[in-house]
Amino acid sequence: MTQQIDPLALAGAKPKGKRPYFLEDTDAERVMAITMAVAQELAVMRERLDTVERLLESKGISQDDIESFVPTPEQADQRGAWTQEYLARIMRIYQQEIEALDQPNEPSSEEIGHELAES
Amino acid sequence: MAETNAHSNYDGPPDYRLVGEHGMFPKTTHDEKARFNFLAHLNRHLASRVLPGVKTAYETRIEPNNPAPNHRNQVRKALLKDPLFQHWSAQRRNTMELRQQAGRWVTLRQAEELNERARELTEGDDRLQLDPSVELPSYLSKIDHHCMPGSYHDEIVPGDVTGAANYDCGIFVTTGGGLGRFNDGGGQAVVAWMKENRPDFAPKRILDIGGGLGQNVLPIAQAYPDAEVICLDTGAPVLRYGLARAKLMGVENVRFVQANAEDLSMYPDGYFDWVQSTMFLHETSVKAMPKIMKESHRLLAPGGIVMHVEQPQYDPDMPLYEQAIRDWDAFYNNEPFWTKLHELDLDQWMVDAGFKREELLHGGVAAVVDTELFPEHGTDEVEDYGRKAAWHIIGGEKKAA
Repeated sequence: MTQQIDPLALAGAKPKGKRPYFLEDTDAERVMAITMAVAQELAVMRERLDTVERLLESKGISQDDIESFVPTPEQADQRGAWTQEYLARIMRIYQQEIEALDQPNEPSSEEIGHELAES
Repeated sequence: MAETNAHSNYDGPPDYRLVGEHGMFPKTTHDEKARFNFLAHLNRHLASRVLPGVKTAYETRIEPNNPAPNHRNQVRKALLKDPLFQHWSAQRRNTMELRQQAGRWVTLRQAEELNERARELTEGDDRLQLDPSVELPSYLSKIDHHCMPGSYHDEIVPGDVTGAANYDCGIFVTTGGGLGRFNDGGGQAVVAWMKENRPDFAPKRILDIGGGLGQNVLPIAQAYPDAEVICLDTGAPVLRYGLARAKLMGVENVRFVQANAEDLSMYPDGYFDWVQSTMFLHETSVKAMPKIMKESHRLLAPGGIVMHVEQPQYDPDMPLYEQAIRDWDAFYNNEPFWTKLHELDLDQWMVDAGFKREELLHGGVAAVVDTELFPEHGTDEVEDYGRKAAWHIIGGEKKAA
């Protein structure tokens, strides 16, 4: 009875029966599935934050306090820096594509590998 | 338990914190409750805000190019080419997968506690009658119904009840709470029908076939406390969980028996006064149904009643578009027999099983829920075809000889 169950591995298991895809491009459907899971987690976070705000309200910090909050210049800078870092992570693929524009003939690792394997 | 605001104009799924937490119910964290809330809303949104658009798309840009279809499959195939139907379908399928993953996460992370609690409550209790020699019929072994990995029968470890607990804690999502606090709105509806239409009926023995974890038979057992009630299913995990759940809910007159409803030869003729199935027949097959129906007739005592509760049949008055949408679960949510069942002449099948035409019963029921807390589906204008908590009854009453 002490057999281990790994929820990470098993929670998302495929049900028996071939999965149907509906969109013309199955890749678009994969991206939709991932996006909706992320949307779900955002709602989960929003509900948690709502709980925190309402608990704070019961401790004397009102919704108005939150709405009218103005960060100090130092706090605003920290927030701005966080948002920049956040966007840089999300937008990495564009950054790298733009950097590659300067090197239209850049060889791939496979091509370099062939070169390095030549005697 | 959370409270509700009786004066609010809010019209949507109730908060997950209102579900009934009997002693076998898996514990959920704040985030897990929020996840179920989101998914219930997502289903509701797809039904109330997107599906009506699919109907408009059908009427304005699909039907004109596919005039005069003569079968729902033609309509479905035309719909499959439309981008809005594609997106609604992709979202509906994905939402079911998210729901299964969310529920399995909840139950698998506490599997040891759940399995241990079920063991403590059922070990040595003769009301749990498991029979490992019962073979799984092909209609259950070939596919996992409603995309529920492991279905009603797989055990990840010996004594596993996590699949049943997942069903119990997550079905809220699929119906937006339409089945009530204990997912028993169907069973409550059956009781209400019986009390209204047969007020003097006093069954001594009641059999619920394909009863799963007993969620719909417990209200029947509570309404007829002197009756000996049997919840029959092929899946050991749902029965194990079911007995533990029933005991913790204070319902003591139900036995949970592992058997295949096609062959109930262990019970003599006329043994039961009431044979019930609730949303079960659509998970069987054309080969199994005559056997199940014949057994149900044979087991019925004179004066007894057989009652099957299902979604409505595809009668000729039902538009082909509605039939095609109702068929969605058959093709895309692992309910393979759903489409065939709903076109059968069930009256004829009941007659073939031994009932006389004049003994047949028909009716309609809607989930009976605590409407202070939960939405009432009988009067709900939003129709999530095939999933609305309102059903048809096809039954038979064996006249006393």
